[in-house]
Amino acid sequence: MEGFDLVPEARPIWRDGDYSHIPFWVYSDAANYEAELRNIYKGPVWNYLCLAAELPGNGDYKTTKIGETPVLVVRGEDGVVRGFLNRCSHRGALLCLEPRGSVKRLTCVYHAWSYDLEGNLKNVAFEDGADGRGGMPDDFDKSRHGLRPIEVTEFCGLVFGSFDPKVPDIETYLGPESVRFLKRALGKAPLKLIGRSTQVMHNNWKLYLENVKDVYHATILHLFFTRFRLNRLGHEGGIIVSESGGHHVSYSKMDAERGNQDYASQDIRSTGEGFSLNDPSLLDSIDEWEDGITVQIQSVFPSLVIQVIQNSIAVRQILPTAVDRTDLNWNFVGFEGDSEEMTRTRVKLNNLVGPSGYISLEDGAIGGFVQRAIRGVEEDSGVVRMGGDDVTTVDYRATETSVRGFWKMYRGLMGV
Amino acid sequence: MSSPDPLQAKLLADDLLARYVRCLDDGDLAAWPGFFTDPCIYRVTHRADDRAGYENALIFADSRGMLRDRVNAVENVSVYEPHGYRHIVGASLIEKVDGTLIDASTSFLVARIMQDGETSVFATGVYRDRIDISGDEPLFAEKIAVMDSERVDTLLAIPL
Repeated sequence: MEGFDLVPEARPIWRDGDYSHIPFWVYSDAANYEAELRNIYKGPVWNYLCLAAELPGNGDYKTTKIGETPVLVVRGEDGVVRGFLNRCSHRGALLCLEPRGSVKRLTCVYHAWSYDLEGNLKNVAFEDGADGRGGMPDDFDKSRHGLRPIEVTEFCGLVFGSFDPKVPDIETYLGPESVRFLKRALGKAPLKLIGRSTQVMHNNWKLYLENVKDVYHATILHLFFTRFRLNRLGHEGGIIVSESGGHHVSYSKMDAERGNQDYASQDIRSTGEGFSLNDPSLLDSIDEWEDGITVQIQSVFPSLVIQVIQNSIAVRQILPTAVDRTDLNWNFVGFEGDSEEMTRTRVKLNNLVGPSGYISLEDGAIGGFVQRAIRGVEEDSGVVRMGGDDVTTVDYRATETSVRGFWKMYRGLMGV
Repeated sequence: MSSPDPLQAKLLADDLLARYVRCLDDGDLAAWPGFFTDPCIYRVTHRADDRAGYENALIFADSRGMLRDRVNAVENVSVYEPHGYRHIVGASLIEKVDGTLIDASTSFLVARIMQDGETSVFATGVYRDRIDISGDEPLFAEKIAVMDSERVDTLLAIPL
């Protein structure tokens, strides 16, 4: 029998190695969410933290989160980027309160304990007491009360962090194909941030990450893409799934002539004709890639999405804020040395993406539609069997292989 | 129209804004591009990006045609739950009058009303407008909606 054996009043059995049937409780179960924060976010993964370009100078810091845990990333006096829990080691108060800034020392507002940029505790207010009385005992050792560090690595202008010292090096973690495409997207020059935005989604974080990996929906839900033939499932392209299953790249080459007949016979909303742009300059682009690929969507488990649509480049960070709520942090980027014309082209094309994007605004809502619909009926399950049950790289896109890849890595880390 | 005195400028700005927000709140999106010159600038951004001098915008348009395309997408292509806005705009501060161009800053608060009636504050911020009064009726040559927050709940489909 396909799918689950339904056991009334109990969770269905999730067979080992089944990445094609997804029980709905994984999106709403509070205890499972807490386990994810421990086993995934604090586990042997690289979490995206920020762009190196956001820390141009020594002393520049940025605060962010790994899962729900506040962390800070700071460039030291030696130019090295380090990461710490954003937490004073005295009473545990938040250390940096602003999203970004520049400092010589990291000083807690609560009792003014201060740290150097390498996380060493340098000053304890009234350490020797006041008026000759009180103060820290003689055996108090400042060197044992530094900030708790996390692992940090940089790749292609992206800063990643991990709680787990045993996490593989970033290139091993990504695998060769993800490395190749990250270099394609971001590696040709230092990145330049041109804007940010945060989209608040009323759904579990996994629903967004699955959505990104789901090529099947892209040309059906996002009608704009299809109407303008920017991306149709029949276009030349493919999906690469990493060995771990967790990372993916989907890419396609625009071809106005190919793959249109298929849509006419599918009874879907994507095919409506009679829609043309009054001002087609919206889609003007400059060929900066020279490989014919017009769309590249890439995910790095568990928190990063890279999108390149012609000259529109975004680095998206997925951060869970509750079991049923997720922040999507958009970083719109170009490259140092971009001409004014190139920046203007990116800005115009960025109408396609972000919280108002012609081909992305729906993704802010679709996860919420799932989250609402599964409420109270979590004994049921969804199905992701397009293209079979395997987790493999394929040179076509009518498949859910990369969604299944997500569940392969997820189940391995979670032990479920 | 010749160059207005400060009181005239304020009345012109207030009247244009009142008609502009009524258009959006009534859901009469087809009329929205008609509030702009062609070419024009329409941007939706937020305070942090604005202060940092970042060029990107959540929505960017530099022609009436691009505004019409936005309306066409919002009404016929994009998928989202039906909802409407209620704009409350403050008094316009006239920053500058230069011939037939009026620069005005005006606070806005936009409540979003979902189909089940749930009403929430969706956005607050300031319009930085350049109003061109050289033609038959005042029009926005430039309209920059600077939201106070960089957070957008779910999606921003209907323009601000």
